[in-house]
This record gives sequence, structure tokens and C-alpha cells, in this order.
Amino acid sequence: MKGVSIILNRELSAYFSTPVAYIFIVIFLMLSGVFTFYLGQMFERGQADLSAFFNFVPWLYLVLVPSVAMRLWSEERRSGTIELIMTLPLTTWQLVLGKFLAAWLFIGLALVLTFPLWLSVNYLGSPDNGVIFGAYIGAWLMAGGFLALGSCVSALSKNQIVAFILSLVLCFVLVVSGFPIVQDVFSGWAPLWVIDALSSMSFLTHFNAISRGVIDLRDVVYFLAMIGTWLYATVIVIDIKKAD
Amino acid sequence: MIKVEGLSKHFGQFCAVNDISFSVQPGEVLGFLGPNGAGKSTTMKMLTGFLTPSSGVISLAGHNVIAQPVAAQKILGYLPEGAPAYSDMTARASLEFVGKVRGFVGQELKQKIAEVAEQVALESVLDKRVETLSKGYRRRLGLAQAIIHDPKVLILDEPTDGLDPNQKHQVRKLIKNLAEDKIVIVSTHILEEVTAVCTRAMILSSGKILFDGTPEQLAAKSDYHNAVNVRSEDLNPELLMQLEALELVTEVERVSDTQIMIKPVAGASVLADVNKILHANAVAIDALHVEAGRLDDVFRTLTLGGEQSL
Repeated sequence: MKGVSIILNRELSAYFSTPVAYIFIVIFLMLSGVFTFYLGQMFERGQADLSAFFNFVPWLYLVLVPSVAMRLWSEERRSGTIELIMTLPLTTWQLVLGKFLAAWLFIGLALVLTFPLWLSVNYLGSPDNGVIFGAYIGAWLMAGGFLALGSCVSALSKNQIVAFILSLVLCFVLVVSGFPIVQDVFSGWAPLWVIDALSSMSFLTHFNAISRGVIDLRDVVYFLAMIGTWLYATVIVIDIKKAD
Repeated sequence: MIKVEGLSKHFGQFCAVNDISFSVQPGEVLGFLGPNGAGKSTTMKMLTGFLTPSSGVISLAGHNVIAQPVAAQKILGYLPEGAPAYSDMTARASLEFVGKVRGFVGQELKQKIAEVAEQVALESVLDKRVETLSKGYRRRLGLAQAIIHDPKVLILDEPTDGLDPNQKHQVRKLIKNLAEDKIVIVSTHILEEVTAVCTRAMILSSGKILFDGTPEQLAAKSDYHNAVNVRSEDLNPELLMQLEALELVTEVERVSDTQIMIKPVAGASVLADVNKILHANAVAIDALHVEAGRLDDVFRTLTLGGEQSL
């Protein structure tokens, strides 16, 4: 655990020693404001809740999380520092977990910084704060899922742009797998269990469930299993590809 | 000590390291020599547990590197080729990071960083970001992170590559000072480095060990080993004939108008005989010395399989 926390600290301080962290946070906050107030029409709806914000969060994460994830391993492999950290007395799991947790905390911080939205709705009315809390947890769990996938893709390629685009596409597929656009392709010929499996793989299905304020254990387990699986895949990919 | 048995590494069809075995004892400074692509770096990467061998066993002070890499990495310091470092950190932060992983905290960590920074003369740039450091400083930072925990085994991949002559001298001196009770493995393609720091030299080519012995033994393989180099204004053809007629002399090479090189048969010494003839002819000698051998010739002969040897 100590190894994980050393890696985590190094990674976190690396985010803030470059402009990357600040740019990410500013853009995330700006876009979430735009989405909530203009596209989500929070005022016009006349309801004291944050669903205008949380409806857009999956799409925001779809673009922004891969941009955080892309550098996780590509950068290490390109600059050769992977050889430095992987010959320190640390296991691959410690490295993967430390880097993942740092990025996840960082995204969590950006999410927490949207608190003025929460303050606004509480000023304007009396929202169900339990639902809002649930939705925040859900959004963070979903970010973790995107991030774990992005970490695995980043380990595959030395090129950050390739890692970004590939993980964006994969995340997109996971988000929309519950939508008619995907379901229609399968319905009519695929057995029902395939269609069910597809829709139950969708990030959105599980996120919507949590963001309604019902923290169902199955949804939480889904995201944690997603994270665990992709991180495990990251470990395998790194052990195969590290020397390329 | 390090024990390597039947070590091989294949990348697809390409065989980078081909069934090599050797062992290294504490106190030895082993130099890996070889042309580019000989398998030096690959071997080092396997020794450090970074690469998994295709076959073979590596034991590092009793730890199986393949099965227990973390235990082996604890007693190991490694400078990868090109001395990679996180460019957005300061030199001090880099050392703190490595030091923490090595288990140092608080005052002890500060102490260790101060010590290694002094050892490699890095104090002046400790608070600069790595991306602004010159190649020489970066290499020294890499060295510092490799030796911060006083490792029993030190593996340095081209530690002096890209350094200026003063920096090279400094790094070599450092390696020599470190070496007393440690195992040090250095890779290089600079031959002078082998005589300067190594107690043992190993020539690798196409993934095989072509030579394993002391630098002196390596030099002794040279045609020029024990050759007598004479500089004088009085070199006339008759004198050369007399020298060439000596029993143990294979060739008298005319280096320039005023310099000759008298090559003996392998293993023989001709200095006394040459001296006699020079005296008998009353030659005024400007300089006379016995060559130790030319490493670059030996290197070429060994690694090119004798085809293009001089």
C-alpha cells in the first residue's frame, strides 16, 4: 500500500506541476456550466435539482476522461521512464493502481469543484440533496470506469493521440450500448440474452439508476467490476508491451 | 553475486541474446562491450527484471530475478540507457521519489539526497526542472537515483555516453570508488573505458559472449601486444632489416619516417633484443615504449569474425 501511495503522490504532483491540471479543471467547469444553464435550461425547467447537469456528465466525461487517461502509460513508454519505475522494487499492480487512483482523485476534485451548482439549486429551492449526492457518487464511479479503460488503452500505445481516440471510441460504445441505435442492430436476429447483456453493459443504464438517487449495490458493483477488469487488463498489457 | 545460466531472449524471430552464462563476484567491475545491437542492453534489462527472458535463470544475491523481481530490485541500482527521468519534476523531487520508494523518509531521506548529490556533483541543479538540465547533469541524476540506497549490485547502461571528457573522468572515478564491495556492471562501446574502470571485460556480439577476461588479457590478444614502438631520426633500411631478422619478430611496421613498430610473435617479448640492435647501431632514440595492445583492433577482430581485421 505504501508503494501505491508514493506513486499516487508523484502522479498527483505531476498533474499540478504542469498547466494540464488547471486547463482540465477550467474546461470541465466551463463546459459543465454551459451544458447546465444553456443546453440543460436549468432555470427554465423551474425545478430545484441538478439533473440538467448530470444528464450531460456522461458526454462530458466521454471526451475529458480519455484526455486524462491518455498520458497515463503512453507518456512513460515514450520517454523511457517506464524502465525507471519498473525496475524499482514495486509490482506492476502497485504502479497501475497508484497511477489510476491519482487520476481518479484528480477527476474527483474537478467534480467536487462544481459545488457552486449545488449551492445555486439550494439557494433557489430545496432540492433532494440525497439524490444529488447519489448522482455525484455515480458520476465519479462512471469516471473511474472510463479511466480504467483509458489506462489500458494508454498502455497499448506509445502515441497519446492514438490512445485518446481509441479510448474515446471504446467509451462511446460502452455508453451507447443500451441505446436503440445499438440495440436495433442486434434485435431481430440475436438472442434475447445478448441484447440484455449489451444493455446491462451500458454505462448510461447504470449511471442513470444511481443518479436517480437509488444507490443500488448492483450498479456500484458494475462500476467497480468494470474498473477492476480494465485495471487487470492494464497490468497484463504492460507486462507484454513494456519493452516495445 | 550474480549467476546467469542459459539466458536467451527472442523478439519474434530475432534472437537478441543467445544462451549466455556467466557469474560475477562482489568487487568485480564487469564491462559489457560490443557493437550496437549486440545484446548488451537486452541482457541488462533482463538482469534488472525489466524484461522477462525467453529462457534461462538469473540469480541475484540468491534471489531469482524472474520469480521474485521485487526482492532482487531492492538490492539493485540501475541506470537505464539514456538516463530517463520525469521531465516535469525537479532533480530534488526525482530523488525524493526514488528515495521514498527505496524506503527512506524524513530526515534520513534528506540526508541521503544530500549525500548522493554531493557524490555525483549535482548540488547546483537540485532545484531545477529535469527538462532544463544538460545531458551531463541528467546522466548524473540517473546515477544518483541508482546509487541512493547504496545497492549491492549496480547496473549502468552506457553511463558516460554523451558526457564531455571531464564528466567522463568524474563518472569513472565515481564508479571506481563505489566498486569495492559491490558488483558493478557497465555497458559501453568506448574501449578506453574498459581499461579505465573495469576489472573484467566481456565482449558480446549477436547475443553471444565472444570474450570474457581481464582487460589485460583482452589487450594481449592484439597483434600489437608487447610491440616495441621506437621513435628516432636515424631509422635506415639496414637497421630495419636487422630488426626484421630477429627470431621473435614477425613484422617491422613503418609508422612514419621517424617511427617504427616492431611486432613480436604472440606472447613473446622482444624489447631486450631490439635494444641490443639499437645500441649496436648507435641509434639516437627519441622515444621507446612497449605497447600494451590495441583494444580497438581486438574488438574489430572479434566482433567482425576476423573478416576485416587490420
